[in-house]
Amino acid sequence: MMANIAVLAGGRSPEREVSLHSGHRVLTALQSRGYVAFLLDPAEDPIVETLSAASVSACYVALHGKDGEDGTVQRLLQLLGIPYTGPDPFACQVSFDKVLAKEALGAAGVSTPAWAAVQAAALRDLGASGMLRHVVERVGLPAVVKPSRAGSAMGLSFVDREADLPPAVMSALSFSDAAVVERKIEGKEVAVGMVGSPDEPLPLVEIVPKSGVFDYAARYTAGATEYFAPARVPPEVADACRDEAARAFRTLGQRDVSRADIMIDEAGQPWVVDVNASPGMTDTSLLPMAAQSAGISLADLCERILQLALARA
Amino acid sequence: MAEFAVDPFMDLYARRASGMSASEVRALFAVAERPDVVSFAGGMPYVQALPTDHVLEVVRSVLSEQADVALQYAGGQGRLQVRRRLAMLMAEEGTFADPEDMVVTSGAQQALDLLGKVLIDPGDVIAVEAPAYVGALSAFSAYEPRYVQIDLDDQGMIVEQLEDTLLKGTRPKFVYTVPNFHNPAGVTMPLARRERLVALCREAHIPIIEDNPYGLLRFEGDSEPTLRSMDPQNVIYLGTVSKVFSPGVRLGWAVADSGLLQRLILAKEASDLCASNFMMLVTERYLADDAWRVNLEGLVSVYRSRRDVMIQALQEHFPADAVWTNPAGGFYVWVTLPPYFDTQAMLAAAVDRKVAYVPGTAFYPDARGRDRMRLAFCYPTEGRIEEGVRRLGELLADEEELYRELSQ
Repeated sequence: MMANIAVLAGGRSPEREVSLHSGHRVLTALQSRGYVAFLLDPAEDPIVETLSAASVSACYVALHGKDGEDGTVQRLLQLLGIPYTGPDPFACQVSFDKVLAKEALGAAGVSTPAWAAVQAAALRDLGASGMLRHVVERVGLPAVVKPSRAGSAMGLSFVDREADLPPAVMSALSFSDAAVVERKIEGKEVAVGMVGSPDEPLPLVEIVPKSGVFDYAARYTAGATEYFAPARVPPEVADACRDEAARAFRTLGQRDVSRADIMIDEAGQPWVVDVNASPGMTDTSLLPMAAQSAGISLADLCERILQLALARA
Repeated sequence: MAEFAVDPFMDLYARRASGMSASEVRALFAVAERPDVVSFAGGMPYVQALPTDHVLEVVRSVLSEQADVALQYAGGQGRLQVRRRLAMLMAEEGTFADPEDMVVTSGAQQALDLLGKVLIDPGDVIAVEAPAYVGALSAFSAYEPRYVQIDLDDQGMIVEQLEDTLLKGTRPKFVYTVPNFHNPAGVTMPLARRERLVALCREAHIPIIEDNPYGLLRFEGDSEPTLRSMDPQNVIYLGTVSKVFSPGVRLGWAVADSGLLQRLILAKEASDLCASNFMMLVTERYLADDAWRVNLEGLVSVYRSRRDVMIQALQEHFPADAVWTNPAGGFYVWVTLPPYFDTQAMLAAAVDRKVAYVPGTAFYPDARGRDRMRLAFCYPTEGRIEEGVRRLGELLADEEELYRELSQ
């Protein structure tokens, strides 16, 4: 008999809707391969009771954002002894938190843009007013400001002038207790996916948002962004991106599936700007596109990821 | 390998669909629907207060006595019997309407769409309030107008500003206004300003679209005459039973002069053939005796208490330099914060603290309104309103502290 699989999706994070889209795609894909699978939304059903009652063989984690991607649900599943897709709790926690991830990538020598953290606690409790001047000195302008713990480009803004930094930091802090201010890299944006081995990333997907900015609307409105797979870059640049992504995946303990977002500057140098342990699986998501360009269908992709988790049972 | 066609119809969309896109704010509302979140976001009538036994009896009588009609198509204008009842609702506010001048629509929202379809060519100028009802902006925007925005104050649309606009040579095709308990601003236009608006538009031959969903939800004071009653020739009136009965029956109406009415009926037929006979029958029977009045009085008293609790809580928990409107009816309080607040950016933090509102930017066709928020008091219970406003107040205090630290 085929394994009984719970696809975890929904939750209470701001990415609830995106996660539900991902989860339904994964669910349909797994069912098409004969798995007995059901969707479990932790915001709707008690997760421990439901999983115990259903005696599931494994969980496919299609949750995005807080609680689903940051090690919380992974620790719970570990406690229940249920194998799950994606990295272990510690790796999830580090890769989801951009402050920790940037620290780890920097320490390992992975190419990532100059940055600084602005933590709400530093401002509130340490009296760190005046710190933004130092942030600008360290990072330079233009900069990208993003919440430390959020996804889908929520709370993200671009800053050209120092005067625009405070509201941008406020926006980011609305989503998270820290903001990451990162040097903006001008150039091409690509995503590098991996399934199975961190050392063998999928072909690059090049992202060309029509508005010029790959924000929430550009990500989830069909047609708002053009994608090219493989990316229109010279082979040596593509290789450099895949190498850098592989280094980032290993550094951040990624397994089963992951996606690195990379900016390629005008000199062809890749800069890792984000690593996602639970990449989107919606109709407009990057990882399924990368897989497709490598000849892997969505059903194959989901099954392969699930099998990696089942192998740990 | 070529470019990925994520959306194979990408190159086919009409220009009017270009503004329809996914949004962060909408994604956050998906979380705000959770029961542990106190939502001041949606303007949902408190339908729980309706006597379900009575409604069930009405539905049962429709099906047992008129099933052959209820389950059949209707005419494009809608049943005469229901139009008579809707005319009666207008008479409650002192407005005479001939049922012959009415078309029944799927909520007043469809009437907005049909008016856009019939009146707006791409590039036409139309005048709306600033802020304006977001649903009207969405309905009109599909027909690609250019907006001229007329500011509101405590007395509704500032008619002098409209006059200035006209004097400068701008000629809007129509003026859209919600004179009673405005959405989102909560304000009501007093008689003198109504007279001025009606006179100005009559002289300039610019029709007024009067949208009056909340007129019968008055908490205190006497009702003002509708614009339609002051100038039936030049005012197109929109009504709905969503607030006096139920939004679930999707029943609204438009009253207009015969030429425009005929086009609206044809547009209605082209759009969805007709209103639901079933729901028209339910509505006409619900409004047939005086029970609806008793139910409405009950609702108004619930809303009045909720308004009181919200205003009290705002005084207690909101920053001293915030200002808000104090509506004499309807669903909404409109809050203006000090200019360094960005309610759109703050929404994620609010939802995280389990409270939601609509950011002010939703109600302007340009990027204005960042320091505003709309709070709907119609749906949450009094205890939840108090709790939600307290949560928002704490958030505002924390944001203010952050802002001070960051701007030093």
